[in-house]
Amino acid sequence: MSDSQDATMGIDRRTVLKASLFAGGGLALDILIPISLAKEATLSGNRSSARVAQLSAFISVAPDGAVTIVAKNPEIGQGVKTSLPMMVADELDCEWAQVRVVQADLDSERFGEQVAGGSTATPDNWLPMRQAGAAARAMLIQAAALKWHLPAAELTTSKGRIFQRGSGTSIGYGEVASLAATLSAPDLKTIRLKEPRQFTIIGQPTVGVDSAKIVRGEPAFGGDTRLPGMLYAVYETAPASGGRLVKAEVEDAKSAPGVKHVIPLVGNGDPDLGLADGVAILATNWWLANQARTKLTIDWNVSAAKGHSTKNYESEANAAMAAGSGAVLRLDGDPTAKLASASKRVAARYAYPFIAHAPMEPQNCTAHYQDGKIEIWAPSQDPADGLEALEKALAISPSTVTLHLMRAGGGFGRRLMNDYMVQVAAIAKSVPGVPIQLRWSREDDLRRDYYRPGGWHSFEAGIGVHGELIAFTDHFVTFGDGKKPMRAAGFNSAMPPAGLIKDLRYSQSMLPTIVNTGWLRAPASNALCFVSQSFLDEVAIAASTDLPKLMLTLLGERREIPTPDHRLSFDTGRARDVIEKVVQTSRWADKPTQPGRAKGFAFYFSHRGYFAEAVDASVAGPDATVHKVWVVGDVGSQIVNPMHAENQVRGAVIEGLAQALTRQEIEFIDGVPQQSNFHDYPLARMHLTPEIEIAWVKSDKPPTGLGEPALPPVIPALTNAIFAATGTRIRSLPFRLKT
Amino acid sequence: MLYQLNINGTTHEVDVPKDMPLLWVLRDELGLVGTKYGCGMGLCGACTVHVDGAAQRSCQLPVEVVGNAKIHTIEHIGTTATGARLQQAWLEIDVMQCGYCQAGQIMSASALLGQTPHPSPEQITGAMAGNICRCGCYHRIRAAIQLAATDGPESSHVG
Repeated sequence: MSDSQDATMGIDRRTVLKASLFAGGGLALDILIPISLAKEATLSGNRSSARVAQLSAFISVAPDGAVTIVAKNPEIGQGVKTSLPMMVADELDCEWAQVRVVQADLDSERFGEQVAGGSTATPDNWLPMRQAGAAARAMLIQAAALKWHLPAAELTTSKGRIFQRGSGTSIGYGEVASLAATLSAPDLKTIRLKEPRQFTIIGQPTVGVDSAKIVRGEPAFGGDTRLPGMLYAVYETAPASGGRLVKAEVEDAKSAPGVKHVIPLVGNGDPDLGLADGVAILATNWWLANQARTKLTIDWNVSAAKGHSTKNYESEANAAMAAGSGAVLRLDGDPTAKLASASKRVAARYAYPFIAHAPMEPQNCTAHYQDGKIEIWAPSQDPADGLEALEKALAISPSTVTLHLMRAGGGFGRRLMNDYMVQVAAIAKSVPGVPIQLRWSREDDLRRDYYRPGGWHSFEAGIGVHGELIAFTDHFVTFGDGKKPMRAAGFNSAMPPAGLIKDLRYSQSMLPTIVNTGWLRAPASNALCFVSQSFLDEVAIAASTDLPKLMLTLLGERREIPTPDHRLSFDTGRARDVIEKVVQTSRWADKPTQPGRAKGFAFYFSHRGYFAEAVDASVAGPDATVHKVWVVGDVGSQIVNPMHAENQVRGAVIEGLAQALTRQEIEFIDGVPQQSNFHDYPLARMHLTPEIEIAWVKSDKPPTGLGEPALPPVIPALTNAIFAATGTRIRSLPFRLKT
Repeated sequence: MLYQLNINGTTHEVDVPKDMPLLWVLRDELGLVGTKYGCGMGLCGACTVHVDGAAQRSCQLPVEVVGNAKIHTIEHIGTTATGARLQQAWLEIDVMQCGYCQAGQIMSASALLGQTPHPSPEQITGAMAGNICRCGCYHRIRAAIQLAATDGPESSHVG
């Protein structure tokens, strides 16, 4: 494959990846790693070490045997800077203690896809990262074979050394690395990968490669970047999305302490690119820049946002649900006739709010524009998208950009957008030669989010004479322009019980909005699971059964059900296994005897992961307490790093519980977000954290990602528990229990 | 205004407005970036430092009130026995996900152990209530504090 084809593949895949992120899915394609290109690669951490032998884009070996492995993807706390190099190192067959990991800059031609989204890193890199390690190992063996005049087949490796079979003679990787680097990379098809039982690093609980730095307070994050002569920037924008700058009086701000520049910028009116109209203040200290905002007098035109208020959205959605069933997204059989013939019908409406990402590190980005070139330090989940946005918004040619991937203080999908990158580049271009660090305040971060959109669902189900589910409909009211839903506001036509019953209709209506929406951890699924698994719990109770039994009945025989877009199939056997296992681990049949306390259950399949969860909760007055959560997940045959895998699951569960329990909601009045900081947008704290018991079902499928799929089920598992405990059905988030 | 601050055992002179919070003196004047900004309202604990041994939110501490107090930050905490034990425990069970809040968590934990060397689970939850971890690493934060407190292997297991 030629270089240009490689590049084309990269672009095509990116486009498809966007679509799959939107649908909350993933792709089963393998990344093509251009190992042949790799030898010319200059590794940022190795520029001065001429004696280090570069074996591929991902691996270099020093004469003393020290191995440097490049981490290709953005690290946002999901552990990928550790787990992908673990895959490389295991097949290279060195010791993890020999390995130093360096973060790649953005260079998709060299490193393939560099994105943190869609729980894709593990499935997309599982094969190519191991191949990269195995290819380098084969080159090292070949070099030793040349040195010793022995056939390569007589050599083997262990712990970073090459051994002659049947004799004690061995040589370290470092001693043959420079010779190996002169050899051609082997054909990937000929490389034999390890059997899982031969893994020495994959599957071992492994401490994060940045952890030691972080506990010592050393610079590790995007916002820790410090450059000589750097100024700190804030960017004041209109209070509502789409607001235009009419007039700005900036003289008072200019004379404020520490302020060096005040720069009004005209945006491009495209919220996706993120360059809203605004005024940048540049100072010697961020706090001084932020203080000077109070000295700005700005006239904004926010007329386009008038009427875009939470209350109006609610009444428009109710009107849409009353008016009919909207545009059909999926129609199987004749659900209308089946509902008419049902011996019992159940109907309910559900709703959930706009919510914010609120990563601990507010959005920030650092840039230095000089001599027509720009260097950027970006904590972004999708830096390649940022590169495109720079070109579209500011006509910055990608060839003039050096983009460093910086560790992000949390992502949760927020940093898939690159508005902060476009903003800092626009500011830096205004002051050539001066490095600029743009940092948002917490208030900026909560009020300028690309929010998880709210939504409404009107469900109806028909139950047959034997208590079986015979018809199911959902009318989804979401946000969009009438043709297409907003980002992350789409439906999933494969949502269970689709494919599991014959007569079903999913339909959709759209409300216009000026609010920016975006992907939040387990996009679409985080809301669809709550509404559908809660409503199916209602169905189960009406049918005199319970949700685990109803789901097992619906799933039926073990088989694969293709999804409408043919990207992923749904394996009913894997679903059955996790449900049956959580029924065991949670002792589902043993009901708590204490009044006001009960267990709830839910299942979901998202991002290729199968998760069944049970919650033990009690209610006293207005307060719900979660005592324990049981999680059973199937993400394939191998947990790469159990240390981080369990942390991801616990984090997802706690995040889901917080969405339900801590009253997270962003409300709008005329487009202006009403919440601003953690006093009115609370996050989970330690006291909210229950015991969480995790078990895996290790199926024989390739490993898949864990950033997202553990989140969705915990919300309906909790609300179903609350119903079982109190008889109160939670149909709207965030919920408020009556006192 | 000129201020002489005793930070991590060294005297630093800074020329800043009197109401500048200590957080921004540390980060943007002195380049001590281990202390983090999370909310600016004392709600999240990411900016926690020690002022004469007590945990305080540096985003809420104007430089003019610091006076001669001894300020210790995450960059220095490893020089204390408790701080070093906490750092070790944090690494042993790899508490963190994104890691952004962890400096503040360790500073709060270290102040707790300074006052209560063997805290109960309830005391830990109470002392750590002001520190948000958006990633939800609370199980391991609690386990690491217990591990550092007992300094024994029996607490090192996290499920």
